[in-house]
Amino acid sequence: MMSWLPENVSSYGGAVDSLFYLVYYITGAVFFLVMGLMIFFLVKYRHREGRRARYSHGNNTLEILWTVVPALILVVLTALSVPTWAKIKSHIPPTDLTIQVIGKQFNWEVTYAGPDGKFGTEDDRTFDNEMHVPVNAPVKVVLLSKDVIHSLFLPNLRFKQDAVPGREIPQWFQATKTGKYVIPCAELCGFGHSGMQGYLYVHTAQEYEQWVKEQWPSS
Amino acid sequence: MSDSVGAAVAVHDTHTGYERLGFVRTYIFSTDHKMIGRQFLFLGLFMLVVGGFLAMLIRWELGWPQTPVPGFGWLFKDTEGVIPPEAYNMLFTMHATLMIFFVVMPIMVGCFGNFLIPLMIGARDMAFPKLNMLSFWTGAVGGVIMLAAFFVPGGAAASGWTAYAPLSAVTEYTGVDWGQNLWCISLFVLGISSLMGAINYITTVINMRAPGMTLFRLPLVIWSLFITAILLLFALPVLTSAVVMLLFDRLLGTHWFLPKGGGEPLLWQHLFWFFGHPEVYILVLPAMGVTSEVLSTFSRKPIFGYRAMAYSMIAIAFLSWIVWGHHMFVSGMNPMIGMSFMLSTMVIAVPSAIKTFNWLGTLWGGSIRFKTPMLHALGFVSTFVIGGLSGIWMANTPVDIFIHDTYFIVAHFHYVVAGIIFAMFASVTYWFPKMFGRVMNEMLGKIHFVLTFIFFNLTFFPMHILGLGGMMRRIYDPTQYEFLQALQPINHFMSISALLLGASQIFFIANFFWSLFAGKKAEDNPWKANTLEWSAPSPPPHGNWAGSPPTVHRGPYEYSSPEVEEDYFPQNRPHPALTGAGSSARVGGH
Repeated sequence: MMSWLPENVSSYGGAVDSLFYLVYYITGAVFFLVMGLMIFFLVKYRHREGRRARYSHGNNTLEILWTVVPALILVVLTALSVPTWAKIKSHIPPTDLTIQVIGKQFNWEVTYAGPDGKFGTEDDRTFDNEMHVPVNAPVKVVLLSKDVIHSLFLPNLRFKQDAVPGREIPQWFQATKTGKYVIPCAELCGFGHSGMQGYLYVHTAQEYEQWVKEQWPSS
Repeated sequence: MSDSVGAAVAVHDTHTGYERLGFVRTYIFSTDHKMIGRQFLFLGLFMLVVGGFLAMLIRWELGWPQTPVPGFGWLFKDTEGVIPPEAYNMLFTMHATLMIFFVVMPIMVGCFGNFLIPLMIGARDMAFPKLNMLSFWTGAVGGVIMLAAFFVPGGAAASGWTAYAPLSAVTEYTGVDWGQNLWCISLFVLGISSLMGAINYITTVINMRAPGMTLFRLPLVIWSLFITAILLLFALPVLTSAVVMLLFDRLLGTHWFLPKGGGEPLLWQHLFWFFGHPEVYILVLPAMGVTSEVLSTFSRKPIFGYRAMAYSMIAIAFLSWIVWGHHMFVSGMNPMIGMSFMLSTMVIAVPSAIKTFNWLGTLWGGSIRFKTPMLHALGFVSTFVIGGLSGIWMANTPVDIFIHDTYFIVAHFHYVVAGIIFAMFASVTYWFPKMFGRVMNEMLGKIHFVLTFIFFNLTFFPMHILGLGGMMRRIYDPTQYEFLQALQPINHFMSISALLLGASQIFFIANFFWSLFAGKKAEDNPWKANTLEWSAPSPPPHGNWAGSPPTVHRGPYEYSSPEVEEDYFPQNRPHPALTGAGSSARVGGH
């Protein structure tokens, strides 16, 4: 299997990638079938003196076959994809950590509620283009925007969600490997769109505790 | 049936008697559908050169980021020839806007719709010739307004061709002031133009078909243009209204799309894509129609599954209204709705698959001639297969989470929409003899096809790989991102291919203009095709047929029929058994 996608470090990324490769193999097979037949016909049925084309207006059995078979494949593919989609976008698992991410031209403002667990209080802390989370724990991200639409993209976590002004959009992810991962903006947001990026730091549980202590020393 | 034939004859007779007109009425304010078609063609080709030039600048920036543009540095004086990011946003916004609204629509719908509908249904002109003239000139004004945006302070629109609010709705967010306003006004004017054209096409196809031209004897390209006109009639007004709402938000202080006043940014996306997805089929259906004509003619074989081809286009037209949400899977729209859009989007792939398989069926058992139009039609089928299959990837919502807004999407819509250029070249080379009375040079045509096909794929195929690597669309400089730096050699390669793709078009331009003035004189029916336009002189006079207009006896694809000796059997030719005459003498069908 060729690896086209960036490394997956997301708890649900495996399901996304399996669907990706399923679609890849199905469409790849259809591509080679169609192109192979086309080239074969072009060579075999090229014009030659004395041979007349076959006078045929079609074949109903074939029509039914190539309507029903693709329809079945596509409906089954849809049915296979629904649970993964629902898991990622519709059901946020219970979590201790909620982070607010506000898109603005041309930064990610990442806000933590602090020890009191409430946003909009004095112990909130905001970081520019920097997000810290513990590994193997679900994290809820609430997306907002101050100006235009941005899109929070975490390629390695198979995460993408637009931040829309006037809306609060809750999402979630769970990182499965420690490290530093890029967070580009994926939606055109103005002349500084290119280069708008932050980083996600995935820590071990202990390291994350340590980081929290450094940020909120008084508590 | 006899009543409708009688009515059709009456309509025909009212249109006879065209007097000679002066220069202005012949070439500028013409009401002749063929001249209006040619006007749309030249408008589209001119815009193709402008839009193509913008593409070259875009590829320069992506291949050699933040270096001075060779030869055109004077366009960016303030930055010593380097394209600045705000200008880059303007380039891709205007590239897409021009290519979609002022190249593909004027050429595939405006030019070939106008030129072919009356000729192929056996009418002397459109139902409303003056409305037709007004439609072209309104569209041309729209084009002038769109180009004027380059010259106003702040430059042209820079919020993408999709113009997502609030970015497009507030001047401060982009720094573009009147450029964006003119973008709205231009598309409003173009919307009016399309509306006039659509009403005209629909009325003409319904009411003015020649005696014997039943709906299921219509050539598939006419079916495609008819369905396209219906889509235009219902889809364009949505955009036309939306751009006015956007303009009001910008100029009059309304808040349709601005959350500050209680508006909703997603409303713009719903309106835009409710128009935008039928729009994709407005662009591609005529290309499918042309492909069916050309494949059948040059395979010397009836189209495989004529009714399946017509019904699948009708199915596409219906389904195109319920798939728009697939552009919005990660927009914040309710994920439950995303599931139903996933299903409808998967299902719309089925009629496209039916068309592709029927094209293969048409080639099967044929006697295939590789003339230039045929090569381009085959080129369109190949690119459409790739673009159609990659659509399934993004229809799949979980997969779309990753590839949304990446170069994978850019690859997909270039394979579909830029792939239409092959259908466009097929149309131009196929109908050039009828349009201009001369034949294009076959050798230059073949060289042009081969180069275009190679460099098209070398330019656009690697975009899939970039997208899977995570490269976002609409970014100005990929080297600003550490994770994309390994992909930069691919960008470099694609840019070189794109420049060569642009350069290959010199063969087309040279062939087009050389053939226009010095090409071999065309016969009435140089391809030995069946449809009615080939029974008129090349080029047809105002009114199309000198004598009475043709009567139709059979379907459009009777190639290699056992009933006649030749391998074609024109729609207007009476059956030899009925006339008792030898078949070959009547081939011209006058």
